[in-house]
Amino acid sequence: MKQARNRLLGLARVGSLLLALALVISVTGCPPKEKPSPTATPTPPVTKAKPAPKGEPIEIGAIFSVTGDIGAPLGDPEKKTVELLVEQVNNNGGVLGRPLSVTVKDDKSDSTEARLAAVDLDENKKVVAIIGPSLTPTTMPVKDYCQQKQLPLVSCAAGKVITSPVASYVFAVPQTNTLAADRIFDYVVSQKINKVALIYLDNDFGKDGRDNINAIAKQRGVTLVASESFGAKDTDMTAQLTRIKAKSPQAVLCWATGPGPAIVTANAKTLGINVPIFQSHGVANLKFIEGARDAANGVMLPAGRLIVYQQIPDTDPQKKVLSDFASAYKAKYGADPNTFAGHASDAFWLVVNAIEKAGSTDRVKVRDAIEATKDFVGTAGIFNYSPTDHNGLTKDAFVWVKIVDGKWKLEQ
Amino acid sequence: MTLADQLLQYLITGFSVGIVYGLVGLGITIVFNATGIINFAQGEFVMLGGMAAAALAANGAPLWLAVILAVAATTLVALAMERLTIYQLRGASVITLIIATIGASLVLQGGAKLLWGPDAVTFPPFSGDTPIRIGGGGIAPQRLWVMGLATLSVVAVQLFFRFTLTGKAIRACAINRRAARLSGISADRMVRLSFAVSAALAALGGTVLTPVTLMQYAQGTHYTLTGFLASVLGGLGNGLGAVLGGVTIGMIESFSSGFISSGYSKAIALVVALIVLWWRPQGLLGRRQLQ
Repeated sequence: MKQARNRLLGLARVGSLLLALALVISVTGCPPKEKPSPTATPTPPVTKAKPAPKGEPIEIGAIFSVTGDIGAPLGDPEKKTVELLVEQVNNNGGVLGRPLSVTVKDDKSDSTEARLAAVDLDENKKVVAIIGPSLTPTTMPVKDYCQQKQLPLVSCAAGKVITSPVASYVFAVPQTNTLAADRIFDYVVSQKINKVALIYLDNDFGKDGRDNINAIAKQRGVTLVASESFGAKDTDMTAQLTRIKAKSPQAVLCWATGPGPAIVTANAKTLGINVPIFQSHGVANLKFIEGARDAANGVMLPAGRLIVYQQIPDTDPQKKVLSDFASAYKAKYGADPNTFAGHASDAFWLVVNAIEKAGSTDRVKVRDAIEATKDFVGTAGIFNYSPTDHNGLTKDAFVWVKIVDGKWKLEQ
Repeated sequence: MTLADQLLQYLITGFSVGIVYGLVGLGITIVFNATGIINFAQGEFVMLGGMAAAALAANGAPLWLAVILAVAATTLVALAMERLTIYQLRGASVITLIIATIGASLVLQGGAKLLWGPDAVTFPPFSGDTPIRIGGGGIAPQRLWVMGLATLSVVAVQLFFRFTLTGKAIRACAINRRAARLSGISADRMVRLSFAVSAALAALGGTVLTPVTLMQYAQGTHYTLTGFLASVLGGLGNGLGAVLGGVTIGMIESFSSGFISSGYSKAIALVVALIVLWWRPQGLLGRRQLQ
């Protein structure tokens, strides 16, 4: 009798515990209140009714870092973008009259997983092309694989090494680290700054940035007084910044993605580093401003027009593409798309347009069509590909942005 | 910045990070003493505390309430974990139980990512962002909160174990479980209590640290491993030793980051810990065991 009563008590205890837990989870799990952003409601693009796509679906693959500390802020919106655009395409007659099917694989920000995903997409899904991966370190093994297998790849990562030296089957859509560094040094030189300190993330993206900066600094006659690095999981960069402060630079340049740059910026303010801080286009993401809070104000960076699309004049050739994409993304997901979502959109349309133009799903023909793409208006810029240029962008793809009052402000 | 300024900077960073390692290590020690197992999900409680507080703050809760609720919520999660894993496996071997805690840590990580997304989160510090100027550098006022609150909790826990009846009851279970039960102590209840206390400690550390370091769903693992190292370094089973171990590791990390290389700082801390254990296997405050 006592046993049964104890068992009941025990059950009741566990039950009430779980109930309390469920209550707590439901409260803390609520998505944070949306910060109201003033946007004019744009009219959705008018589309002619097209016959529903039919036949064997056209398979495209996508590899994104949907999870993983560095990659998730990039891969998650990229995945959402692709899903949004596939819907759009299939509601508008599909590709070559056939339905489009995209398989998105999560590489968890891990290079090995990325490569395995590529093998799976190639051998099991027999995709026409692959979009992604999101990061430079995850792209490199996939680049090797795709070039070997002659499978067109359009990466969403910004490392210069992805398209230089040019591999015939590998393309990229983000502005490269070279273009970004170039743009930053334009500003640096214009402000008569000649002593700069660098702090970068110790991975392929950060090291690619460092190499580009070393080269450009030398070219422009700017001295790099310090060059510090930090790890992806580091939560405190005070040591590196202390050493940087000791060298008295006139500006600090940070090259990283993930939560690192926000911590660097906050640490710099705590230490009393008052010189201008420049970031790479890798932080063109609201999460950076949220993470660095007050310290983010005053930070400057080169960025694609997407994060300031409302401030872009209507006369800009990219304006329509930017606002159409932003309104569609916002309508479906409730938030403005960030730069990385834009990259996924550019890669997606590049591939889809190439398939349409080639009139076939033959990998060689699609590759040729991608390489022949000219004047393609995307979110990152206007692309012009060629056999020697698989990135297709120039410095004009960037605008100069400053963070003011916790918001992106177009500077020139 | 003079050398003295740099030293002070590293000292404060090292202590504020180290004391959180110490809190985790203390939690691990408390659970170890009560159950004989190492709870490898301990670091996840740090993460949960921080992320829950950030979520509550983002929903409009005042900071003090967010912190209290976050710590309470994490404690509830720990109790649920105890009931659903440790208690269910109560006859199993120590190794099985430890593996179960590793499994639990993965579940908690996955849950956090599903609930709050993959991005790092933060919330405003308790007393503002304005750095306190020290010499040529500065410290975030939040770090003082970390050091203060963490030290207070360590002292409170030590007092609890030494002077309250319940605290002594838990210690009794650790010394000899059967004798404790014969004395009328419910070992079961003591185990639950030790989980709750250790989770609350970890969660407090997590919430106070998040405004400075941000918190992400995968950050718990680092705290688990370092907290475990701290408890071993201090002498497994000795709570004060775990805290001492944690602070030591934090200091070594900070100073080696400053003077040698940031990339190798964690490895250097590990090597130093190993050297100490080689020289003194029972840990800094542990008692020598008879072979």
